[in-house]
Amino acid sequence: MSEGTGTGDGGRGPERVTMARALNLGLRAAMEREPKVLVMGEDIGALGGVFRVTEGLAKDFGEERVVDTPLAEAGIVGTAIGLAMRGYRPVCEIQFDGFVFPAYDQIVTQLAKMTHRSRGTLTMPVVIRIPYGGGIGAVEHHSESPEALFAHHTGLRCVSPSNAVDAYWMIQQAIASPDPVIFFEPKRHYWDKAELHASAEPYPLHRARVVRPGTDVTVVAYGPTVPLALRAADAAAEEGRSLEVVDLRSISPLDLAPVEESVRRTGRCVVAHEAPVFLGLGAEVAARVTERCFYSLEAPVLRVGGFSVPYPAARLEEEYLPDADRLLEAVDRVLDT
Amino acid sequence: MTSSTGRTATASTPSAAGGSPAAAGPMHVVQMLTPDGRRVDHEEDPALAAHAATLTAEDLRGMYRDMALARRVDVEATALQRQGELGLWASLLGQEAAQVGSARATLPQDRLFPTYREHAVAMVRGVDPAQVLSLFRGVDRGGWDVEATGLSPYALVIGSQTLHATGYAMGVQRDGAVGTGDPARDACVLAYFGDGASSQGDVNEAFVFATAYQAPVVFVCQNNQWAISVPAERQTRVPIAQRASGFGFPGVRVDGNDVVACYAVVRAAAERARAGEGPTLVEAFTYRMGAHTTSDDPGRYRPSVEVEQWRARDPLTRLEAHLRRDHGADDAFFADVAREGDTAASRLRRAVLEMPDPEPGSMFDHAYAAEHPQVEEERAWYAAYLAGLDGEEGRTA
Repeated sequence: MSEGTGTGDGGRGPERVTMARALNLGLRAAMEREPKVLVMGEDIGALGGVFRVTEGLAKDFGEERVVDTPLAEAGIVGTAIGLAMRGYRPVCEIQFDGFVFPAYDQIVTQLAKMTHRSRGTLTMPVVIRIPYGGGIGAVEHHSESPEALFAHHTGLRCVSPSNAVDAYWMIQQAIASPDPVIFFEPKRHYWDKAELHASAEPYPLHRARVVRPGTDVTVVAYGPTVPLALRAADAAAEEGRSLEVVDLRSISPLDLAPVEESVRRTGRCVVAHEAPVFLGLGAEVAARVTERCFYSLEAPVLRVGGFSVPYPAARLEEEYLPDADRLLEAVDRVLDT
Repeated sequence: MTSSTGRTATASTPSAAGGSPAAAGPMHVVQMLTPDGRRVDHEEDPALAAHAATLTAEDLRGMYRDMALARRVDVEATALQRQGELGLWASLLGQEAAQVGSARATLPQDRLFPTYREHAVAMVRGVDPAQVLSLFRGVDRGGWDVEATGLSPYALVIGSQTLHATGYAMGVQRDGAVGTGDPARDACVLAYFGDGASSQGDVNEAFVFATAYQAPVVFVCQNNQWAISVPAERQTRVPIAQRASGFGFPGVRVDGNDVVACYAVVRAAAERARAGEGPTLVEAFTYRMGAHTTSDDPGRYRPSVEVEQWRARDPLTRLEAHLRRDHGADDAFFADVAREGDTAASRLRRAVLEMPDPEPGSMFDHAYAAEHPQVEEERAWYAAYLAGLDGEEGRTA
């Protein structure tokens, strides 16, 4: 299902699409290819989702496959588990990151463990899409980055595209996965455009990728911090510093091979995410890079991210979120060591 | 089958000790076998009477056999736990009729979602009890074939399975296996849970989803009066069956120690579901005669007089009296069943004692359906680690 056919562009050439549109096209392609794919969630039918990612799907695929659910997240995920047991491939939309927690029990104690519990006889091809991260000036519970809480649980796969092209392919690959995938969509980048070549060969779902080569410092990012790292790299270049940016793309499993290869050349590494630094993905990356690249490192691996406070009110979020300056400050520190 | 009294049983069920009458009744209770084994018809709902009337003497003997075997297996499992061969056991003692009656109302194509106490349900669905005990021995998470038996894995998180049941039922709808009129095709789903679970959000969300989509699911609540140490009236101020009306579907309270009534009520609900008429909540009013599990001590929280009251309503004694009175079952029949139970128990004991401990590396199996590099890396590391211990004087860890 992850191969590059039926891409929804009707055989036309490349087009510039937003990430929201790319996700919509990816969902369409998966639904056209596999009748067992269902989309379910709150307001995803006539409204097309609060971010319009499912726009038009209800009209084109009907309410049996585009299921407007009652307003109950545990119910959405719990019934998706039952549908998966019956052979369906549900794609659940959680409206905002902060609303996933009513479903956390079903995700962690049921969805993640059902395959193991049943000794592989019940598989859970369920995708849970979560718009996550800050930067949109939202009210409380609409800007969080809970990915580490999910990546910690064996049985779940966690990915986050950083751009429209990856979003288009990764949503289809996630739907094709026999395992549950928590799909983190960086909501502040829903309207960023990229050129989509629907006939291109997709990159593997769980592989990290160098998105900007460089020689001085390895910057590791995923989701919303990838565009940030690229901006920081532009700024650093003006000062004669060359940053190599790695887009992790997959949070579980983590593919650190490109990171390690990079760090062996640069000797320096900075990890950036919006989630709080404490016990975030950066801690895992730093530990592993230290274990495997210890003798190549010229400086400690540094982490840049959110603070250990509840996500602040909108007028403070730009203070809370890592920006290019904070990232470059860390770059300075690893270079000055 | 003999005389009906011409009267429908009413809510004569005793309330749990200290319980408010609200949780225990008043609510109509469907009863078809009185505690002393007399068969009474159900006049208010002819469909129920008709379902009960389909039960032949042979069926009733089969029900007795199922209940007696489950009870004998339960006794053996408790003994195995006491002897250190099982880590834990959750006894079904007292709930045999609710389980056998409901499970016997299902068809092969139906799917059942049990909790950790549904041992008689498992046996009716053809699960070898050894495959249930493997879970409690800690060998695996339960070893039966879900597809072949139609029985999902035991749910340990209270109420979680009711959502899975509802989702599965939504899938049954999408497969066009509801309301076709083809008895070999139309399917329904049974969601088992208890009085404690009725307080869980998952159960209430399952009610919402089931009613919103008119999913073919029968919610079977075995109200055994106690959620470990907490009585049912702490969970609800109204009969649990009555809650269904607030969600917009029917609720029925049935005498959970009356296997005939449990069968008839669940069969009616199952047929309704298979016909595409939506969910039903069945509250089987019963009693947990034993402890919550072998780790529990009910003497700390409930009076023995209550247990004795319920002992007088024992589901096996009741069916035995009925079989002797109306169906000519004699001592030889009951002795045969007892012998069969003893044979099953000793076979079960042998199977449990012979269960090999799982291979250390097997914990990495099926963590994911597709290969996951993290798991494989750790599997390889642990295998190498264990290999490195070979020849050493045991392990210190």
